Amino acid sequence: MSIIEVKKLIHDYLRYGEDGRVESSYRAVDDVDLNVEPGQFIAILGHNGSGKSTLAKHLNAILLPTEGSVFVDGKDTKDSEKLWAIRQCAGMVFQNPDNQIIGTVVDEDVAFGPENMGVPTEEIKERVEEGLKTVGMWEYRHHSPNKLSGGQKQRVAIAGVVAMHPKCIVLDEPTAMLDPVGRSEVIRAARRLNQQENVTIILITHYMEEVIYADRVIVMDQGKVLMQGTPREVFSRVEELKEHRLDVPQITMLAHELKKSGLDIADGILTTEELVQELERIRR
Amino acid sequence: MSMKIEHLNYIYGQGTAYEKKALKDINLEIPNGQFIGIIGHTGSGKSTLIQHLNGLIKATGGVIYDNGRNIYEEGYSMKDLRSRVGLVFQYPEYQLFETDVLADVCFGPKNLGLSREEAEARAYAALKQVGLKEKHYKKSPFELSGGQKRRVAIAGILAMEPEVLILDEPTAGLDPRGRDDILDQIAKLHKERGITVILVSHSMEDVAKYVERIIVMDEGSVRFDGAPREVFEHYRELESIGLAAPQVTYLMQELKKKGMDVDVTATTVEEAKQSILECMRA
Repeated sequence: MSIIEVKKLIHDYLRYGEDGRVESSYRAVDDVDLNVEPGQFIAILGHNGSGKSTLAKHLNAILLPTEGSVFVDGKDTKDSEKLWAIRQCAGMVFQNPDNQIIGTVVDEDVAFGPENMGVPTEEIKERVEEGLKTVGMWEYRHHSPNKLSGGQKQRVAIAGVVAMHPKCIVLDEPTAMLDPVGRSEVIRAARRLNQQENVTIILITHYMEEVIYADRVIVMDQGKVLMQGTPREVFSRVEELKEHRLDVPQITMLAHELKKSGLDIADGILTTEELVQELERIRR
Repeated sequence: MSMKIEHLNYIYGQGTAYEKKALKDINLEIPNGQFIGIIGHTGSGKSTLIQHLNGLIKATGGVIYDNGRNIYEEGYSMKDLRSRVGLVFQYPEYQLFETDVLADVCFGPKNLGLSREEAEARAYAALKQVGLKEKHYKKSPFELSGGQKRRVAIAGILAMEPEVLILDEPTAGLDPRGRDDILDQIAKLHKERGITVILVSHSMEDVAKYVERIIVMDEGSVRFDGAPREVFEHYRELESIGLAAPQVTYLMQELKKKGMDVDVTATTVEEAKQSILECMRA
């Protein structure tokens, strides 16, 4: 069974006038279908306003469909009795680390989630330890979160979600406000959760370098799915991505440019090693 | 204007238990009209340094010269300095506060003592420079998208017509389109108006693409200072201080190791492409 099943999802944002009547509406997600299998690593790309964050907010029932439906672990998000089960199943990490940390000490912050779920005290301790160790923040457990760097805070936020034992974690631009070191820390933590704990990861990002490890990349534009496929398939379509003014990793861009200049290079080169291999092959 | 920094030191919380040396003996010359990138890990002192340049922070040691004049000497007008050195903070959109976009951009020039007409003329010109469409000028700044808000905030500084424009991570949190738009506009401004631009950035690719000189900060000191090609040659040292070179630099180094005669100092896609093609055709 798919862990996430989105069927013909439409989401309209409504704007109300002073008299309480709908003044205008804006279709942020337009007829999107999406299936995510347990254990997958999915990346969603797109511009601001492409609908990717709106889609993400449907995955743990922060928003409900205008039309269509969303099932999380088989549960319909419109079923208000299943709300807590859905939110436990799909945890969410947001862009700004400062907006999601509430504890005054790191381990208290991580304990907040399981505490609210009514987990017994002894088990909370275990879960906090497990969560902090997964993201490599265990030695900071007694620190104050406001003394941490952005990447560290974001990892604490992830630990807080991990402590709730979700099957799926949705990360909505978790690295947008971080420096390069912070970014790689957060992405490494997400990949480790995916590979070692088999947690399904849905990563929303602007940074193309972050998606090359995903099982599947979904590109959104104007509320619709523009492209989807493996990173290699998606990044083979350089011209199309450029047309929509989306980024392409520098290496992919260079490989594409070299190919245009007449070198016999394969499509969808993603890493430095691959391009080195290709160039060596051609030279022989 | 040209600026010169000599033996600049800054200590946060001097004399308290939290004393921290944020800048250590900085020496820099900033000639008129350069496009400079400042890179460095979080906490390396970049933001502290740029806040000295318009007098927001007063050095605990050392001197800054504005066209040869010591900015700390008696009778020097800090107000005048601040009108000539414009500083755009990180996430400047949080500083918007007026009822509409035009009024917000007028705030700076009005404070310079300009008449309403003059201030508005400058605001129109600045908003045009950042590429914001006229239909937005009468909207509340809070109705705009993140990228648009940021342009309004940058326009607010431009309307003061600074001679030096300093931007602290102007593209943080923007999508690729918003990022390219803003950086292209800044590059255009630099070219057309000949002003000095100092860009603080985390993105090595962006810095390599736009600036002519890079200053690398590490633990409060200047670690490297030179053209992008020269600076990124030190990619191993850059990594050791939490930075990195652009992706193509790594590729060129790898190719060289495999015995290909390529230009290892290439930092942009275009440079790398030319060098590889030459090498393959040879």
